[in-house]
Amino acid sequence: MGILKLVLRRLALGVLTLFVVSLAVFLLSQALPSDPARAVLGREATEENVAAFRAQYGLDQPMITQYTTWIKGLLQGEPGVSYSNGQPIMDFLGDRIQNSLFLMFMGSLISIPLSLVIGSYAALRRDKAFDNANSVSSLILAAMPEFVLGAFLVVLFATNVWNIFPATIRIRPGEPPWSDMKGMILPLMTLTLAVTPYVSRVVRASMIEVLESDYVEMGRLKGLPERTVLWRHAMPNAIGPTFQVIALNVAYMAGGVVVVESLFNFPGIGLAMRDAVRDVNIPVVQFLAMFISFIYVVTNLAADIGTILVTPRLRTRLK
Amino acid sequence: MSDEITLDIRDLRIDVAETGNDIVDEVTLRIPRGQVLGLVGESGSGKTTVGLAVLGHARKGVAIAGGSIDINGHSLLAREAKELRSMRGSLVTYVPQDPSSSLNPALRIGTQILEVLEHHGFGRNQRERHERVEEVMAEVALPGVPEFLRRYPHQLSGGQQQRVGLAMAFACRPAVIVLDEPTTGLDVSTQSHVLATVRDLCHQHGVAALYVTHDLAVVANLADRVAVMYAGRIVEQGPTKDIFERAQHPYTRHLTAAAPDINSDEPVVGLRGRAPAPGKRPGGCSFALRCELATPECSASFPTEREVGNAHQVRCHHAGQPQHLTAVAPPALLRREGDDVALRISAVNAGYSGLQVVHDVSFDVPRGQCVALVGESGSGKTTLTRSVGGLHREWTGEILLEGTALEQSARDRPTAQRLSIQYVFQNPYSSLHPRRTVGESVGRPLRVAGASAREADLAAAEMLERVSLTAAYAHRYPDQLSGGERQRVAIARALVCKPSVLVCDEVTSALDVLVQAAVVELLVGLQRDLGLSMLFVTHNLPLVRSLAQQVVVLADGKVVEAGPTEQVLTRPEQAYTQRLLADTPSIAAALAGG
Amino acid sequence: MTAIDTPSAAPVESRRPDGPFRVALRMWRTRIGIVLLLLLVSIALFGPYFAPYGEQEFVGQPNTRHVPGTLLGTDYFGQDVVSRALYGGRSILILAVTSTALALAFGIAIGLVAAYNRGRLDDVLMRTMDISLAFPQLLLALVALTTIGPEPWLIVAIVAITTTPRIARITRGAAVPVVERDFVGAAEALGESRPRILWSELLPNVSGPLLVEANLRLTYSVGLIASLGFLGFATRVNAADWGLMVNENRIALSVQPWGTVLPAIAIALLTVGTGLIADGLSRASAGIDRAKGDQ
Repeated sequence: MGILKLVLRRLALGVLTLFVVSLAVFLLSQALPSDPARAVLGREATEENVAAFRAQYGLDQPMITQYTTWIKGLLQGEPGVSYSNGQPIMDFLGDRIQNSLFLMFMGSLISIPLSLVIGSYAALRRDKAFDNANSVSSLILAAMPEFVLGAFLVVLFATNVWNIFPATIRIRPGEPPWSDMKGMILPLMTLTLAVTPYVSRVVRASMIEVLESDYVEMGRLKGLPERTVLWRHAMPNAIGPTFQVIALNVAYMAGGVVVVESLFNFPGIGLAMRDAVRDVNIPVVQFLAMFISFIYVVTNLAADIGTILVTPRLRTRLK
Repeated sequence: MSDEITLDIRDLRIDVAETGNDIVDEVTLRIPRGQVLGLVGESGSGKTTVGLAVLGHARKGVAIAGGSIDINGHSLLAREAKELRSMRGSLVTYVPQDPSSSLNPALRIGTQILEVLEHHGFGRNQRERHERVEEVMAEVALPGVPEFLRRYPHQLSGGQQQRVGLAMAFACRPAVIVLDEPTTGLDVSTQSHVLATVRDLCHQHGVAALYVTHDLAVVANLADRVAVMYAGRIVEQGPTKDIFERAQHPYTRHLTAAAPDINSDEPVVGLRGRAPAPGKRPGGCSFALRCELATPECSASFPTEREVGNAHQVRCHHAGQPQHLTAVAPPALLRREGDDVALRISAVNAGYSGLQVVHDVSFDVPRGQCVALVGESGSGKTTLTRSVGGLHREWTGEILLEGTALEQSARDRPTAQRLSIQYVFQNPYSSLHPRRTVGESVGRPLRVAGASAREADLAAAEMLERVSLTAAYAHRYPDQLSGGERQRVAIARALVCKPSVLVCDEVTSALDVLVQAAVVELLVGLQRDLGLSMLFVTHNLPLVRSLAQQVVVLADGKVVEAGPTEQVLTRPEQAYTQRLLADTPSIAAALAGG
Repeated sequence: MTAIDTPSAAPVESRRPDGPFRVALRMWRTRIGIVLLLLLVSIALFGPYFAPYGEQEFVGQPNTRHVPGTLLGTDYFGQDVVSRALYGGRSILILAVTSTALALAFGIAIGLVAAYNRGRLDDVLMRTMDISLAFPQLLLALVALTTIGPEPWLIVAIVAITTTPRIARITRGAAVPVVERDFVGAAEALGESRPRILWSELLPNVSGPLLVEANLRLTYSVGLIASLGFLGFATRVNAADWGLMVNENRIALSVQPWGTVLPAIAIALLTVGTGLIADGLSRASAGIDRAKGDQ
């Protein structure tokens, strides 16, 4: 009853968001001062080539038609054809999507538990040695952009100080992403170090709020053992915000993936995005932007629903 | 009354951990089995800290530094954590002030009661424990059925939540129970039920209760003995009747004189100033700074304890000496002919986004008189008052100020009108701009009216003197002022434009009882000197006698009863008013009943 | 007559309650942050006047560590690494500061208006802000850059547009509790105009969280713009741009690390500097709020 309506409302909001994003993406990519055909084909292209290009990619149609065709294609799993090689996008991006998802998945697998542990421990031992050390190092790590972090890691571990890990990754097209695990180490380290400080800080704050609450004090005054107070009284209330935390985590990674992939030559959608922007490959840019937004929106939705399920106050609203 | 002492506190000292400054010191209390001791004090007296210490608990930054606490002969203080934990919840329990935040929002209430039993090893099996839960729920007049026990705290009302707190506290039949202002925030009827429950359960199960509060009327009706705390020390303790009728310590006398009583027609007497905080306490008696009986001897050393009656002790060098506690009587009710009405409220309806909270309310505030608008929370009085002040726009009907109709929103009203009806808010800590000096805040209405900075400063200085703050206050910032002082500043700001009507919205509710009475005295004086017409909004029915000539009682957004104060409070005609008066605890009634 | 009037404790020097900035300045981390910030800003702005060689001046064999006349050798194009580093901060800094300033102006205005008006306007404004939060800033920038190219005005616009909702959100969050405080009600009852209330009642009382956010946003904007440079979208081709330089010199890392490391250190120090200031301010505001809440 209540929950269903809440979920549906979030779902509707998510769809609306994606719709608005699609409009923004589409309009932005139509903002070209010059002709996309010329931009791709170059200055020496002949009139015929330009016309053919435009016909081929439907650029001679009115904007609304272009938009609806695109949306329809997206929903059907056919996001269009690349400008640079004329191939359907899904054909050659499929692999890359798989690679990037693997990278993000592995990154989350490491950083989420790490953030939870670090944040909780820092909250429990507040203002003591670990907390202070963590707070300073988090600050430094969080301030630097990811590529700087990555560059330092490369210098440290791959090229100049030590030579343990490879500086770039080597995954040939067609091979699964786990075929070069040694090469994955530095990219994963960069992602983890970039994301964990933010997330652990949120975990710490939420834990502290719970630990200082009246009901936790009441639990102690009832004579309950500390373990019960922590696990039965504190944890369930700290879990709600944790879902948001996990979504934050994934979201940060989706944002940082472009830079990390560029740094390590990782054949994923981030790298594809960078190349597509450079080549003015509009369909690819549009698709990748929508795809990443989609990941964002879906994880946020899952986090919202998770929070609702776990918080009795939201679950049993009598409205 | 049995002689067996259940709770024995001797020379308890609790410090601020970092600095070693004492929060409470030399606290000695004894409570026999089945008796209730009221621990009375204002905010900052340390009474809550003592209450928590009885469970061997101290909040962050606070440390129990000395003395002893024994329950049934078992010492509580020199214990290992594990032993202490087993004593808490079973031997000694706690009922906190705010049940809505001390019940775990993620657990069902049945679980929260059950776990106290489980962890203290009550009963041989789960069924016995469930039976005890049902039993204790019945004792607090809540349904013990599974459907109710499966509820979460947010699905209960404030009164129900507090009863669950009581159920948890009595579940293991403790020897001692500490209650920390458990009826704060509850309406009068619920409060009276909760107090009756506490009294019955204590007598039924022979529990010694330490009831921490600032509310003297509650204590008069519930406690067998009273101990009065000031700045961390117990200054007087004795049987309830003795404390109220034959108080020996000047502070106790001030307290009883300042506490409003529904059955007494004496106006309240106030006392300005505040108790010194930990670390700022002088070597001698802490009350000497505010005491009219103070002599050099008082500041030299803290008085030792003296017996002044049957089990009645006091710590004062001048115990029992007469004091001047003359009240400032409010202006008499004036019989006015005709329509000399400053403010007329006529068939006003108000609401929030469609939900109506005020229904067809009408009453007058005659010129030069104070009308008290009394109602519990949810009665609609705040909405009505804000509508009068123009801060709330969703209302219909007519409000006439000096015969002219007021627009709904303050912004739409002409400047002269806005300045003619002024508003003072409840919360002294949020009514002043934190980054403006007192002088700037007080002078601001005049600046809005177009006066120059110099004129505004002069008027502000004059006004500050009028509210008994010196003109030097003009350069201070709000965070340097106490609650009572801030309210005076707020009043000065309201009066600087010489309004014809002053609306006071619960202006004393956030203040301690002595300061509250002092502010009431100030208002009475101002009303008389300036010929102010006042609308005094409050939930504190006993207080209106000291201040208002007429009373309007509001319930569920409707006027239930209205008339001269004496009449409404002594000969109420409506059932609601009668019940309200019956449920309001009274010191005089308690003492008469013995 | 009632007992002796005791005006509150002895005459106190009246000082304005310390704002978050003053409190933060007492912390060592803020001071270090300020030093770093000043240092790096000076290098970024005035570096070019002290550079031994020109921005695109050829001084020796590319990617060589020890080249006579240079401190740290040459980069991938044979240019002096140190000189390039002195030139490379200006555009990043100017773009970041401009876009953050714009975002602050708009974001604070929107946030205050939303907080004060509550109701419908608040909903609409915040939902709009939320939708733009659904997209990582870097990606939106890339999409926009696709078609128009890395023009300075575009970069400023995109960063400002994507930063504004974040600032609006924080401002609104900080302003809502202030709106509910009675001194705002008192100003309303006096009939003060809306803009006046936003400016003199609300704004001074949200300065704490806003200062923190401003610094955080500056940190992030610098990072964002440097990242765009790193990805190859600097505003001028072969410009000295710290981000671009980190990328271009990567290939030669093993033999000539300084081409990458020097600009990387510069970016790191700048962002850590602003980050430390933000952290100091955040602790200061939290401390102030806690002290006030003890009433």
